[in-house]
Amino acid sequence: MKTFVGIDLGSTTTKAVMLDEDGAVLGRGITNSRSNYHLAADIARDEAFVEARFTLLDRALAAAGETGDEAVAFRKRLLYQLRKVQQMAQLASLRARALEEAVGARLGHHGDLVARLEHIFDVIEADWKKPRLTGVKGSDFFRDQAASDFSRCAERVADRDLKFDVLMSVFDKVIIQVENARIDLTFEGNIRTALTRCLRGEAPERHARYEAAVLSVADTPIDVARAIGTGYGRQTLPFPKESIRSEILCHGLGAHVMFPGTATVLDIGGQDTKAIQVDGDGIVTSFQMNDRCAAGCGRYLGYIADEMNMGVHELGPLAMQSTRTVKINSTCTVFAGAELRDRLTMGQKREDILAGLHRAIILRAMALLARSGGIADEFTFTGGVANNEAAVRALRQLVKENYGSRTINISADSIYTGALGAALFAVRAGASEEHPS
Amino acid sequence: MTNEAESGGAAPSAVDEVVARAEALYHDVELSSVQRWRDAHGGAKAVGYMPIYVPRELIHAAGMLPVGLMGGRGQVEIIRGDAWFQSYICQIPRSTIELALTGRYALLDGFLFPSICDVIRNLSGMWKVLFPEKYVRYLDVPQNYDPDVGGRFFGSELRSLYADLCALSGEAPSDERLRASIALYNDNRRSIGRLMELRATEPWSVPAWEVYLALYAGNLLPVEEHTALVDAYIAAARAASRPRRDNARVVLSGAFCEQPPLELIRTLELAGCYVVADDMALGRRWPEGDIEVTGDPIAAIAEAFITRSPATAARYEPHGDRGAPLVQLVRKSHAEGVVLAAPSFCDPALLEQPILQDSLDKERLPWTAFKYSENLGQFQVIREQAGTFADSIKLWSEA
Amino acid sequence: MSTPQEAASAKDGSMIKQKEMIAGHFSALTRAKAEGKKVVYTFVPGNITELLLAFDVLPVYPEINALQSGMRKKSGAYIAEAERLGHSEDVCTYVKCDIGMLKSGNFGPTGEKLPEPDLLLLSYTGCFTFMKWFELLKREYDCPVAMMHVPYQGDGVFTPEMRDYVVAQLRTEVVPALEALTGKKLDEAKLSEALARSRVAEDDLVAVLESAKRRPSPIDAYFGGVYYIGPIFTSFRGTEAAVDYYRTLRAEVDERVRLGLGPLTPDGAITHEKYRLVIEGPPNWTNFQEFWKMFSSEGAVVVASSYTKVGGVYDNGFRHDPERPLETLAEYCAGCYTNLNLPTRIDMLSRYVREYEADGLLINSVKSCNSFSAGQLLILREVEARTGVPGGFIETDLVDPRYFSAANIKNRIESYLQMIEQKRRNASTRAHAATPTVAPPRPAKKLEVLR
Repeated sequence: MKTFVGIDLGSTTTKAVMLDEDGAVLGRGITNSRSNYHLAADIARDEAFVEARFTLLDRALAAAGETGDEAVAFRKRLLYQLRKVQQMAQLASLRARALEEAVGARLGHHGDLVARLEHIFDVIEADWKKPRLTGVKGSDFFRDQAASDFSRCAERVADRDLKFDVLMSVFDKVIIQVENARIDLTFEGNIRTALTRCLRGEAPERHARYEAAVLSVADTPIDVARAIGTGYGRQTLPFPKESIRSEILCHGLGAHVMFPGTATVLDIGGQDTKAIQVDGDGIVTSFQMNDRCAAGCGRYLGYIADEMNMGVHELGPLAMQSTRTVKINSTCTVFAGAELRDRLTMGQKREDILAGLHRAIILRAMALLARSGGIADEFTFTGGVANNEAAVRALRQLVKENYGSRTINISADSIYTGALGAALFAVRAGASEEHPS
Repeated sequence: MTNEAESGGAAPSAVDEVVARAEALYHDVELSSVQRWRDAHGGAKAVGYMPIYVPRELIHAAGMLPVGLMGGRGQVEIIRGDAWFQSYICQIPRSTIELALTGRYALLDGFLFPSICDVIRNLSGMWKVLFPEKYVRYLDVPQNYDPDVGGRFFGSELRSLYADLCALSGEAPSDERLRASIALYNDNRRSIGRLMELRATEPWSVPAWEVYLALYAGNLLPVEEHTALVDAYIAAARAASRPRRDNARVVLSGAFCEQPPLELIRTLELAGCYVVADDMALGRRWPEGDIEVTGDPIAAIAEAFITRSPATAARYEPHGDRGAPLVQLVRKSHAEGVVLAAPSFCDPALLEQPILQDSLDKERLPWTAFKYSENLGQFQVIREQAGTFADSIKLWSEA
Repeated sequence: MSTPQEAASAKDGSMIKQKEMIAGHFSALTRAKAEGKKVVYTFVPGNITELLLAFDVLPVYPEINALQSGMRKKSGAYIAEAERLGHSEDVCTYVKCDIGMLKSGNFGPTGEKLPEPDLLLLSYTGCFTFMKWFELLKREYDCPVAMMHVPYQGDGVFTPEMRDYVVAQLRTEVVPALEALTGKKLDEAKLSEALARSRVAEDDLVAVLESAKRRPSPIDAYFGGVYYIGPIFTSFRGTEAAVDYYRTLRAEVDERVRLGLGPLTPDGAITHEKYRLVIEGPPNWTNFQEFWKMFSSEGAVVVASSYTKVGGVYDNGFRHDPERPLETLAEYCAGCYTNLNLPTRIDMLSRYVREYEADGLLINSVKSCNSFSAGQLLILREVEARTGVPGGFIETDLVDPRYFSAANIKNRIESYLQMIEQKRRNASTRAHAATPTVAPPRPAKKLEVLR
């Protein structure tokens, strides 16, 4: 089948969205951008492929009349098993490379390094094979999970003769190799193993229908008719120049597609803030971005979190407990830390100060919005900071104070806005190539 | 935060009452005192002007209330102002636009933007575009101090300004009224001069933040009322017989346009510095000395500017070097050191700071420097810096 | 000035000429002290070069030295040196670059030591910082300062009183200072002759700049324009060399028009003019060619710019008048771009958008220069409202390499150009609604959480 892909290569995460010819979403993928943008783009796209095939599976099951709870449960199990197969493949690769490294010139003199590594991997593998209550997450989380499990085991097996640092140095070296290796994590390459596990104990007639549906989906050729890249690192995307669109344009169109009434978009990401005006077709008519000053960006919150010794995701919930917002004048990151400490020594409450800081960030965004042409109805808020409830509260309040009543759209999937817009551009580009006007 | 120690926590004293009145004016973002004045004067007009070198006599003689506009004093939340200015531009134009766009300046009929810097200059043009219904004028002050050249030019500028102001108010131009206005402002300058002398001789009697509030009140009050307020403050402060502290005597320099927050001024004193001279609210106290009340009044104002306007970074220094006026001020006020406080991104003040520092070094006068903005919210760093500075001066003088 | 176009246009006679003129000037400066010639430091906006020619003194332009330091990648170190000496990070980097160069031996663009000034001619036009700049230099050199204050056109007019004031300063300050310096009386005939030559060159300059009204434009009126204004904005206005240079340049441009050629860039000529832009604000000098390429590689040609008017606005009809020498100098100074109030600047830029049929107004907002930058966001909105073309906004600095974030700037420029393209495409889609076109895809179904 013919598909269209948009890839948004951000400074921290890379996103992919795959659409069918009608512009309907087939699949999405997300991964760390790493230092290797090409690989990140490939991984995100591969994930989108996997998801797309699940979407096709839904369609195939529906066509076969399998729409009940059993089908939903089957699909869930299938995804779970596929993730496990993928992760075990990665873990196997990690083990092989680790053992190779252990006998190499650098570490060969450590007598029982190989044996201890074997032990560590045995423990991890056994653990990963166990059924888990919480779902198995996507590719991104392989590194985190492997790192935490490996270091926990390494602590146990390390001793005076073979130090923890040596074990970890092996891991640190090979995890990068594994991340940069092209391991087959595709649906079609792994689904048969996963399927076999899922079908155990399934009623025979259902067994046959499920198997037929899955295998037909696995064999369906998916052709990417057109791909469009965007994002901060887009200059390095493996696409020709005409397949690259500005992130501003993609963001505007993506927001328009998510919420067709969108007239104004605010995106507050880690590195920058954008205020965008779009017309009724999702075409950008005006935009403004923050300047060198990071005051209004997510980075500022990160700075504050460090200053308060908290996780950045904890700031919003704490600020929500505030009953009396402290007025923070300086949104300058340089001054913010000092002002924060000053206010804490004055005995002001952390939640009240945080509420003030969130308001200060949104004030900066309000200025950028005013600069781009104001806030029209409807108003769509995207980016990482849109997940922060205290920021959203401050935004709602300031919008009301300054512009009156506005419909404010926030999507839980707003991280895909840029990739969605890029994919839409791919659909349009594909269509206009077929019917040149 | 207040001077409870000094006032002993008793019933409000006379000095507290005067200061409270001035402080209420300082916090009056809505300019309600101006509205009251207008109502009381049959809807007479009011004209706003930016911080320095505007001859208020002309506005007064045209039958209008001169209103000094000195930014937001950290009391307004800036949204619209930030929309118009890049991050590398100072605060005062932001808050000034914010106040105007939120209707707080709607009761002003005219706006004067004196020559201070490129930002304030361009603000005059922005005002023309944003508020086409208002009278807006950029007032270029001469940078040539030859009475026959710069003086003549300033005279012609002032004459045309006065004609405009009279057209705005509907008053007929009158030399006699101008002279009367000059006389009233001369009274006002004399009272302020007495206050400045008092602070230089007995800074413990008149804390810097109170002096500042008393001066600030002159932005809003009719001139006679302001003169009375200053006189009342002097009398009350003298009577309060406040204790003398072992503070260092400093000159505060660089704050001629965007004003430091009141809390910053208080912080300096709490940290051990008596501010014995400064350039804050300078537009309320220029020229130095009286303006001639006989002869051509406009020529007299121009002459006063040419010969006796206080030096700031906004004015070219034709004679000697740029640092000389500051050194003179230090000597005249018997200060022991200088606090160079310039607003962030203030081109004039920051550009000349190396000159001032060099001049002070040559005179072996200690100095310390920091930047502020009118909406600064934290003072701990400045408190420590000023405290260390005051201590070092005291050690220096003991050595 | 150095000439990046050299490689691409070795045949252009004007380029070679300009290069020779500049080399000659710096060589004369190097010999100045030995030959007993007097050296005057002064500024580009509101320069009174013809008067300096009449006294046979040599001008040095600290701004030009600073921008050259920027182009030669030396400004970063000079600025750091000035900041180390106590100059604030907040202020103009031209000033800091100049002070840093001075403190590092004062080696100018040709690598030779610049002569110290015998006079600082402070023609204070359109920029407050100039005043502070020479106050700083005054402490470095033991020489007199002649201040010439040119009033700002706050109400959009240069009144007779303002003109008289400037003329009076010329008579009582500037001319006496030059007479004292050279020991010569002002030769009014010599001044008038120089002014007459200025006029001729000014006619040719205007013709060159206005050639950009054609499609395709034969010139880039910003990145190329900064080279075209070089001689007339600095030491050469009023000289025979400048007359010759502009005559040659005009002939070359006429030839490009005849051949239907686009502008020359460091990477060759632009063959397909895709976007026509008006740019407000000075360029960045530290990454000048990289900056230019961000436009040229997209087929974006600048057809008009305000920066090419900082040393004199001529396309409104002003020409130096040899019959009224001092008055004409006063009027010239007052008319420089940054001495015009915001409403006038808005009028001018709107006129450029219309007359040069531009697709947009892009503002390059420069951190150093509040004279340009304060109010630019209002200019942007007003020009957009009046002309209907979209505005764009980018931020750089003159010579501070720390303020040139290439990825960020490229991102904005590309976004801006693509926005113009999208709008254009959408407009043409609407205009041709009758013909079958691509239907916009139906909105995607709402994204669902799969995991």
